[in-house]
Amino acid sequence: MKRILFSICLLVGLASASMAQSAQYEAVMGRNVAMLDDSTSFNPDKLLEIGNTFERIAAAEKTQWLPFYYASYCYVMSALMQRDNDKVDDLADKAAVNIEQAEAISPKNDEIDCIKSLVATSRIRVDPPSRGMKYGMESAELLMKANQTNQENPRVYLLQGQALFYTPEQFGGSKTEAKKKFEVALQKFSTFKPASSIAPHWGEAYAKGLMAQIK
Amino acid sequence: MKQLNLILFTLFLPVCIMAQQRITGKITDSKKRPLQGVNVAIKDSYDGATSGKDGSFSFTTDAKGVQYVTATLLGYATQEQKVFISGTLEVNIIMRNNINDLKVVTITAGSFEASDEGKTTVLKPLDIVTTAGAGADIVNALKTLPGTQQTNDREGLFVRGGTGYETQTYIDGMLVRNPFFSGLPDQPGRGRFSPFLFKGTTFSSGGYSAQYGQGLSSALILESTDLPQRSSYTLGASVIGVSGGLEELMKDKKGSYGIEADYTNLGPYLDVLKPKFRFSAKPVIMGGSANFRRKTSKTGMLKFYGYANKTHMGTIRPSLEHPGYEEQFELKNHNIYTNLTYKESLGNDWKFNAGLSYSLNVDKINLDTLNKSESAKVKNQSELAQVKAMLTKGLGQYSLLRFGGEYQYGVEKAAFNNWPANYVDNYTSGFIESDIYFTPRLVGRFGSRVEYTSRIAKANVAPRVSLAYKLTGLSQVSFAYGDFYQKPEQQYLRFKPDLGYMKATHYIGTYQWVAKNYTLRVEAFYKKYHDLVKTSPDTATSGTGYAKGIELFWRDRKTFRNTDYWISYSYLDTKRNYLNYPFEVQPDFAAKHTFSLVYKYNIPAISTNLGVTYSFSTGRPYYNPTLPESKFMSERTMTYNSIGLSASYLTSIRKAFTIFILSVSNAPNFRQVYGYRYSSDKLRREEVVPNIPRFIYLGMFMNFGIDRRQDVINNL
Repeated sequence: MKRILFSICLLVGLASASMAQSAQYEAVMGRNVAMLDDSTSFNPDKLLEIGNTFERIAAAEKTQWLPFYYASYCYVMSALMQRDNDKVDDLADKAAVNIEQAEAISPKNDEIDCIKSLVATSRIRVDPPSRGMKYGMESAELLMKANQTNQENPRVYLLQGQALFYTPEQFGGSKTEAKKKFEVALQKFSTFKPASSIAPHWGEAYAKGLMAQIK
Repeated sequence: MKQLNLILFTLFLPVCIMAQQRITGKITDSKKRPLQGVNVAIKDSYDGATSGKDGSFSFTTDAKGVQYVTATLLGYATQEQKVFISGTLEVNIIMRNNINDLKVVTITAGSFEASDEGKTTVLKPLDIVTTAGAGADIVNALKTLPGTQQTNDREGLFVRGGTGYETQTYIDGMLVRNPFFSGLPDQPGRGRFSPFLFKGTTFSSGGYSAQYGQGLSSALILESTDLPQRSSYTLGASVIGVSGGLEELMKDKKGSYGIEADYTNLGPYLDVLKPKFRFSAKPVIMGGSANFRRKTSKTGMLKFYGYANKTHMGTIRPSLEHPGYEEQFELKNHNIYTNLTYKESLGNDWKFNAGLSYSLNVDKINLDTLNKSESAKVKNQSELAQVKAMLTKGLGQYSLLRFGGEYQYGVEKAAFNNWPANYVDNYTSGFIESDIYFTPRLVGRFGSRVEYTSRIAKANVAPRVSLAYKLTGLSQVSFAYGDFYQKPEQQYLRFKPDLGYMKATHYIGTYQWVAKNYTLRVEAFYKKYHDLVKTSPDTATSGTGYAKGIELFWRDRKTFRNTDYWISYSYLDTKRNYLNYPFEVQPDFAAKHTFSLVYKYNIPAISTNLGVTYSFSTGRPYYNPTLPESKFMSERTMTYNSIGLSASYLTSIRKAFTIFILSVSNAPNFRQVYGYRYSSDKLRREEVVPNIPRFIYLGMFMNFGIDRRQDVINNL
């Protein structure tokens, strides 16, 4: 009897402990993901800091892809917003390492391909004449792949639009084509339902912001 | 029941003692400099912080007892420190640099590398194309680097007191027998191969690997590009010709093939711009090339490149020998070059490289003193077939051993009018070389090369040694020593098979400091020549010589906004006794001081690049036969000055990536005299000058992507 009781207690204890762990995971993730919904977080140093937090969560939760995903997202955004070209490659490397780990846990994931595309994009700036072709192609291909996996993902259209928006016209960029992409993205955002409160859902405000810059 | 209480107590124990503890500390590198952005954490928990500008961090944690604090930062080895948390705790962590490729020393004595891959390379392939005054010619661009001479009246790259013949060109490890177009007198042909074909260019001005032989002074090592990123058409048009090409990436993305054709005709251009001498045949060049590349496995790659080309040109100039008459020089050339290479990893750290190559070069020259004598017909034909194989074995993390061999079958044919002088040469060589890392900061390369050639019927053994030591993260010193052998030029070996090998021994010391946007190099060298070809009193390999000097290179990509510039300076002290020289003197191709400044300015707003290249060298010796023999080569030409300008504008025309190029060589039209030639009666002399002192080039290149996927993206 005692033994049974002990076993029950142990089971309950373990379950509650793991429940606690998972509740903690949801809570911490929720808090940090919410920080990314706040535009004041978007400066290179703050993003690096939030990225580091996600990296710590990822190190403790090795079976979850989202912490790796968000760590990578923060690092690549930090890279894209860097003023100092010398830091871009290091941040992009950090983002690449994390997104690869996310992909190992969750292969064939369109959200992950979006981040990989961003990583390629971020590297162009360091040396556009030498890198533009290689990484531009890589970035576009990853978005193609993401689009094939999930045609409803609004971020794919947003990033395609972003590429068209920032590419100089003489290299195939086009503000009007970008606008079309943003329109599709916004339409997809209106019907997009993230799988959970901590699943990727960024981009709508950004799409609107870029759209507003096009007359 | 008591027991149950105990269990319950144990279960809730963590809650009861969930008092938070503060962990603070500072992260520094091994030199006690604070590190920012370090991710500090309690292992297997979410608790942690990012270090600030001063390296300090602070966070609270629920963890107690024995824990591990981890610190991670890219480029540094992750640190893990065991701690016991019972209250507020201070943890200071020192992080050490990762031993990655950047930190590991590489052998650099004597070599300049241009590639996109290495983070510390001195030049990028694009730099070669965008150097003003170089006209997108690899060798002309390399003439802005230290160690080279501004010998624009002769073919080839003259390095550190060596002749153009002493520099050998290799494509994917295979020797290229005729890397330059055949030229007219005093007007050397440019390089045959477009810089766009190569992803990596290594220019070695001495002390190079035992893999390469038959170059006394220098090796130009070219590595062809891999698969293209997409299929494309190219179209080019300029004031001197047109070109077009197609490159197709196969559907499985594991292979590609391409063809290219070009036609150059200087006729219309020369009609507008009056050259110094008349042309009896205005230069016409027709060529085509084909390539095929295939990934044979994850690590295997098969590459084929084939090239065929035909040129025809001729000049008429006043005769120096016969005043009042004119000399005609007419050249017809055709050239074929093919190269098939294969590389594969064999597993277990073994790598295999192999190559086959065949080339043919035929020059037909017609020499005529018009209305005076019978014309003379000269025919030169060289054919070369070669095979090379190399095995590389990785030893530990960085060290390696490589060995291999090559065989060349060469047929050299020549005829003066109808007197032929032909010979066949079988050349065999073997080499072995090992890169040994004693520590990640100290590497030694020890190698040796054995060669045998049937024409000379002698063997030679050439030892090579290089050492490099990393002083700090950014700076290193290197040393190189080696023996280099080369067959005498065909025109001597043809008539005198009993000549020996020419030999040079190199000693090189280099200091290099390479930061992300700055490069500083200082190199000192001493080169001893033995057994150079003498033509007087007899043809024999009994000549001697030496070259020594100091060279500087500085490149800065950051100080001035949108500006990239480099400066090269070479000091050369060289003397040799070869050919008909009576004793050791400074030869007529060597200048004591050479200086180059390359300046590139980028205007992103209008996607335009501007470039200026200034080159200077002190006067070169020339032979004045009216002076006594003791004054041989004692006179100097005027100093050499040249300013090249270029502007390129990038745009797109109907989705075609387009570049417009305007380049002007010797823009201020400086007078350039390379030397003097005397008539045999010593009564008259003529200047050796460029036939077209200032060349203005205007051209455009278009690249159309024919990748359907790109269109699909655009139409989504």
